[in-house]
Amino acid sequence: MRIPCPICGTRDRREFTYQGAAELLRRPAPDAGDAAWDDYLHNRDNPCGEARDLWFHEAGCGAWLVVERDTATHEVMGAELAEKVAS
Amino acid sequence: MGYSGFRVLKEGLFGQTGWKPVWRDPDPKPEYDIVIIGGGGHGLSTAYYLAKEHGLTNIAVLEKGYIGGGNVGRNTTIVRANYFLPGNSEFYSHSLKLWEGLEQDLNYNVMHSQRGLINLFHSDGQRDAFARRGNAMVNQGDDAILLDRDGVREHLPYLDFDNLRFPIYGGLYHPRGGTARHDAVAWGYARGADQRGVDLIQNCEVTGIDIHNGKVTGVQTTRGAIRAKKVGIVVAGRSGQVAEMAGMRLPIESHVLQAFVTEGLKPIIDHVVSFGMGHFYISQSDKGGLVFGGDLDFYSSYASRGNLPMAEHVMDAAMTLMPVIGKAKVLRSWGGIMDMTPDGSPIIDKTGTEGLFIDCGWCYGGFKAVPGSGFSFAHLMATGRHHEPAARFRLDRFRTGRGLMDEEGTGSQHNLH
Repeated sequence: MRIPCPICGTRDRREFTYQGAAELLRRPAPDAGDAAWDDYLHNRDNPCGEARDLWFHEAGCGAWLVVERDTATHEVMGAELAEKVAS
Repeated sequence: MGYSGFRVLKEGLFGQTGWKPVWRDPDPKPEYDIVIIGGGGHGLSTAYYLAKEHGLTNIAVLEKGYIGGGNVGRNTTIVRANYFLPGNSEFYSHSLKLWEGLEQDLNYNVMHSQRGLINLFHSDGQRDAFARRGNAMVNQGDDAILLDRDGVREHLPYLDFDNLRFPIYGGLYHPRGGTARHDAVAWGYARGADQRGVDLIQNCEVTGIDIHNGKVTGVQTTRGAIRAKKVGIVVAGRSGQVAEMAGMRLPIESHVLQAFVTEGLKPIIDHVVSFGMGHFYISQSDKGGLVFGGDLDFYSSYASRGNLPMAEHVMDAAMTLMPVIGKAKVLRSWGGIMDMTPDGSPIIDKTGTEGLFIDCGWCYGGFKAVPGSGFSFAHLMATGRHHEPAARFRLDRFRTGRGLMDEEGTGSQHNLH
C-alpha cells in the first residue's frame, strides 16, 4: 500500500501511522452530552468499501492526511491534508 | 452417525465409501423461533447450546458462505485461559472447561491438544507483570507456572536465549493451554446442532433485519424472508454491516490480522510459544506445518489479506526468537477480519431492539472463545439474563466507562489493541 502525500509525493505505507475514521475531525462540543461523545469516541460506521480515514505522515513531513481508500481491496484513491478538510 | 475405532477400521476396509454428510442442507422455513445470523464457530456453538442446554430446536443458522469458511477456518487455533482482568478471566476459564469436555460432548474429534502455552518475558518488569498475571490465573482456578530462564530452556531449548535486545528471562507456562483443529470445531458443532434439529442454511446472506415497533420480527435474506421471534447477530468482522441493518452503530473497527504456515516439518515445536515483545507466536500443527502470526496490520480492512510490512515484521520476530526455523519455507499467508473493540474485550449483550441480540468484538481472540461464547450467548438469548461468566461483556461499558476490560492497559480507544 502506498499513500500519495500532498506534500511529499507517493510514499510507502511504512511511513504512515493510521489513526481511524476521518469523522474524528468532527469533534463534538464539550457540553454535547455523553451520547454524542460516546458516538464520537467509540462507535464507527466501519465501512466495507470506500472509506475516508486519518493517517499521520510520521516518517515524512509530519502532516495529518485524510486518505480515501477502499477497505475491501486496499486500493488508495487519494489523500488530502486534514487541515484543509477540517477548515 | 456415530464415530468409533471400529467404524474407522471398517471404513478403511471398504474404501471409505460409507461416510455420509454429517449435517442436512435444508431450505429455509418461513418462520423460526430463533434465527442466528452467522454460521461461524460462535454462531454454530450458540445454536448447539440453545438446543442442548435450553431445549430450543426451532432454530436456523444463516450462513452467507459455507460452514467453516469464515474466521473459524482461518485462525491459528490457539486455546487458552490466561486472562488477567475480572470479566475476561472467568469467561475464558469457563470456555476452557467446555473445551476440555468438548470431544466427549460432541462425539467428534476436534484434536484438542493441551500441549501447553509459554509466554516469554525479557525484563524484570515483565517478570513482575507475568507473576501477577499467573497469580490471577491461579486465583481463577486455572493453572500457571512461572518459569525462570532454565525452566524455559528445558521446554524450549531451540530459542535464542541471549538475543541482545530481548534476552529471555523466563516465561509464564500455562499447561492447559494448547491448540485444536479449527475446522473440526466448526464441523463438530454443526453436526451436533443439526442432530438436535437446528437448520443450518448455507449460501444465505442476510440483507435486512425487520423491526416493527422496536421489536425484531425477522430477517430478509438472499433466499427469501424469514420470520423470527428472536435474532442473534454473530458475524465477527462483518458486525458493522449487519448492525447497520438494524440502525445500530457499533464500537467496532474491522482490522486485518495475518497468519502464516510453513511446509510440513518433523516435530520441533511442542508447545504454543508466545513472544509478546515481537508480536509473534507459533505452534506446530499435527501435519507438521509451523503456524505463526503477529500483530494487526493496524488499519481498518476487509481485504482478508495483509500488507508486506507486517509480514516482514513477523518474519523478523521469528528469526529473532528462533533462528532455527530460518530455512523453513513459508507455504501460505492469509488474513482474517477482526472485530476490534476499543478496550480489546468482547460484547455479548441485548440491543436497543427487543428480541435482537449481539455477540461480537472478539478482536483477535475469538477461536478459544467459541464454546464459551456460544454457551453464554445461548443463555442470554434463551433466558433474557446474562450468563454469569459473560455478564460483564456489555455494550454500554464504553459510554459509561464502567466495567471496561483493557487487558493491555493501553487505554480504551480504537487502534490501541
